[in-house]
Amino acid sequence: MSELKDRIQDVIENEPVALFMKGTPDLVMCGNSQRAIDALRGAGAPITVVNILPDPAIRQELSAISGWPTIPQVFIKGELIGGADIAEELAASGELEHKLSEKLGENYRGRAVQKVIPL
Amino acid sequence: MERLETLLRRAFPDASDLRVVDRTGTGDHFHVLVQAAAMNGLSLVEQHKLVYAALSEPLRDGTIHELRISTKGTA
Repeated sequence: MSELKDRIQDVIENEPVALFMKGTPDLVMCGNSQRAIDALRGAGAPITVVNILPDPAIRQELSAISGWPTIPQVFIKGELIGGADIAEELAASGELEHKLSEKLGENYRGRAVQKVIPL
Repeated sequence: MERLETLLRRAFPDASDLRVVDRTGTGDHFHVLVQAAAMNGLSLVEQHKLVYAALSEPLRDGTIHELRISTKGTA
């Protein structure tokens, strides 16, 4: 159990943009996860995806770490940005792009990759 | 829906705007909007966490299947 927690922590801290979602970008299993992906993609974020569905423990451990009870959850360089509502709100106001360049550097778009990693 | 509103009113007695919308008419997909001085100076993450805390019970017991949140300070 603590090992899983460490792996989650590792993703949060070391991936530029981490998205914990239901399903994968190719097969999204929840409307809110789709909204979060759309917001991040719109801002050109290099997204690292973790699908939380294979193991209920992922969600439990994740929420214990973040203090955020729902899925999806977006992190930029270790900082909890929020769920789909906040991601959308920040994307609409332009603050998401601002935050991405502030935390990842102005050329963050050039590194745009999308990967799905298993835990 | 009334239960959610009661819980939110209790948590944000000073709210200048507080609304609960049943998005699907099925009593489990909600959009809550809260504007209150309690939100002033807080990040969006902190603001939403206050709403989650107020609604922790219906979130836990499954009353809320899906929750959208909009928050604002009064400043």
